[in-house]
Amino acid sequence: MSQLSSRQIWVTLLKRDLRIAARRRSDALNPLLFLLMVVTLFPLGIGPGPDILARIAPGIIWVAALLASLLGLERLFRDDFQDGTLEQLCLLPQPLAFTVTAKMAVHWLLSGLPLVILSPVLALLLSLPLQGWWALALTLLLGTPALSALGAIGAALTLQVQRGSSLVSLILIPLFIPLLIFATAAVENASMGLAVHGQLAILAAISVLTVTLAPLAVAAGIRMSVN
Amino acid sequence: MWRWLHPYAKPEATYHLLQKLLPWFVALTLVTLVTGVIWGLAFAPGDYQQGDSYRIIFLHVPSAIFSMGAYMGMAIMGAIALIWQIKTAEWSIPAIAPVGAALTVVALLTGAIWGKPMWGTWWVWDARLTSELILLFLYVGVMALYFAFDDARTGAKAAAILSLVGVINLPIIHFSVEWWNTLHQGATITKFERPSIATSMLIPLLICLAGFAFLTVSLVMMRLKNEILRHELHRPWAQQRLEQD
Amino acid sequence: MTQVASTNSPLLHAEQLSSIRGGRVLFENLNFSVSAGQLWQVSGPNGAGKSSLLRILTGLLAPSNGLVSFYGKPLSHNWSEYCEQLLFIGHKAAVKGELSARENFHWQQQLSSTEDIDAWELLEKLGLLGLEDELTARLSAGQQRRVALTRLWATQASLWILDEPFTALDVQGIALLQQRFVEHIQNGGTIIFTSHQSLTLSDLTPEKLSLEYQGEIL
Repeated sequence: MSQLSSRQIWVTLLKRDLRIAARRRSDALNPLLFLLMVVTLFPLGIGPGPDILARIAPGIIWVAALLASLLGLERLFRDDFQDGTLEQLCLLPQPLAFTVTAKMAVHWLLSGLPLVILSPVLALLLSLPLQGWWALALTLLLGTPALSALGAIGAALTLQVQRGSSLVSLILIPLFIPLLIFATAAVENASMGLAVHGQLAILAAISVLTVTLAPLAVAAGIRMSVN
Repeated sequence: MWRWLHPYAKPEATYHLLQKLLPWFVALTLVTLVTGVIWGLAFAPGDYQQGDSYRIIFLHVPSAIFSMGAYMGMAIMGAIALIWQIKTAEWSIPAIAPVGAALTVVALLTGAIWGKPMWGTWWVWDARLTSELILLFLYVGVMALYFAFDDARTGAKAAAILSLVGVINLPIIHFSVEWWNTLHQGATITKFERPSIATSMLIPLLICLAGFAFLTVSLVMMRLKNEILRHELHRPWAQQRLEQD
Repeated sequence: MTQVASTNSPLLHAEQLSSIRGGRVLFENLNFSVSAGQLWQVSGPNGAGKSSLLRILTGLLAPSNGLVSFYGKPLSHNWSEYCEQLLFIGHKAAVKGELSARENFHWQQQLSSTEDIDAWELLEKLGLLGLEDELTARLSAGQQRRVALTRLWATQASLWILDEPFTALDVQGIALLQQRFVEHIQNGGTIIFTSHQSLTLSDLTPEKLSLEYQGEIL
């Protein structure tokens, strides 16, 4: 019997979590519906004028996306923590900082990727001009991995805290700010027909940095929590 | 029982060191802060553009600088606590965080007081002020996380990890806010950026900076002393100490 | 089974182990060595620190003082080799309620690379046949325990650390588990388990480690 490669373990963990998520579809669906509803509130609160909506659309969509990404976070490690699966993850021969990236990837597939797919609908609802559409989708594609990575840090640190969801928001929102700034700027520029390469590059750089470093913090947080 | 007391000898040693150093730091704080503030507020020349209202910088600039400095210090202590598992480093996180948060609040308040005569409003989304506000949020997050745990050691570890994550993010946040500010405010020149400062103003400012540095360190030392005592209450030395005082 | 090249050092060695949880001393200055091929039973009343001791031996929990070494080296020094040798079933059994018994076993096989074991045969042996597609969350406590214990048949690990493995099992289940213990020990494996009742294990006499309830408040 041979030892498994790290890649096989990673894929196995990813598949198992996707299977579990498929059994609880509402967990993944609820944040998306929340996002859709929040975005609907703005035209109702501000007025349906396409000009003003298009101007504030990037900000609204990104703020709503940030809030939606906070919703499901508490569950990210909690079930695994309670049923002992997280302990077993710690006891795999592979480094924990590596195996948790599988969980982060699942979170992104279930929360980040659907946002990208949903983005045309959101853009349509808020009268975002055509050029803004693809920029919005691109910023979501580049920015949401960082959201999942930062979110995993918050989830790992608050595992032992009962009802930690408000605490998760408190510690994560300040960390989300750079993403919000560069993403909305990119969409605004694109709507006005200006170049967006700079902002997209920075967004990508932030994502790469976050996705590389966050697993270390997540692993440390999980070790601390199972202790 | 006594056998594993020896690794705990360290907090006691730290406590006595703090005990010895603290009076000196308090004295230095008093001297520099009183000199700097009186010099700055009463004797330094007025600014030809801003008149006397600029004098708030003698409080604003040092508190802003050391609010960031305290965060750095907290993150360094966090790293020490995580890598070497030193208890005193763990306890210094709750010792530093409220001091840093208080400095941040002072920087925000003095910034608002400065803003009123300059901009005609208490709050402007100026890059520095916005960064300071986000820094306050980061402090709030660290403190909320620390106090959310029943077990102080776990809380300290969580706060240590978060402060390290925060310290990596701080430059990114700062840069993004600066960039955002120039993007949205265009030509308005921020009052906080002056190309040069007259020597007659610089000297009291430097004294104030030293004063705030000593103040920050003294406050942290006092709080750390209390933390050590609080966590070591069951040890004989701490009880002796309490009886003496 | 793969064995780490061993010197004369015992498989596991605990030195001056102490644990303080929530301001209470669970145990202090525990010293013992576990050699390969031994069966160890950790016993003691509730709250004596049995689970904490097991978790310290797995490396999940840091001892308040003392050191656990694996073939003479601290756990952290050859962590990944240790994890390859170790199978731990804790108080929380790591069974996914959202997955069926068969799926739980399937992922376990995937993670321990023991795909050559026939799942159906094992499910039948453990009396889970007919329930294999039921979500584990809907099974009884004893049945869930059986699902968790399927791991003992799908593993390459030589060191088993099991927290209360006999809990919630019926007579038949206990017999099955005992039989598996015997097999593993005869194959040169090592088992450390906790139990608060004393068990009569046919063919095997476990080494005993008793923890006393200390109750000393710091």
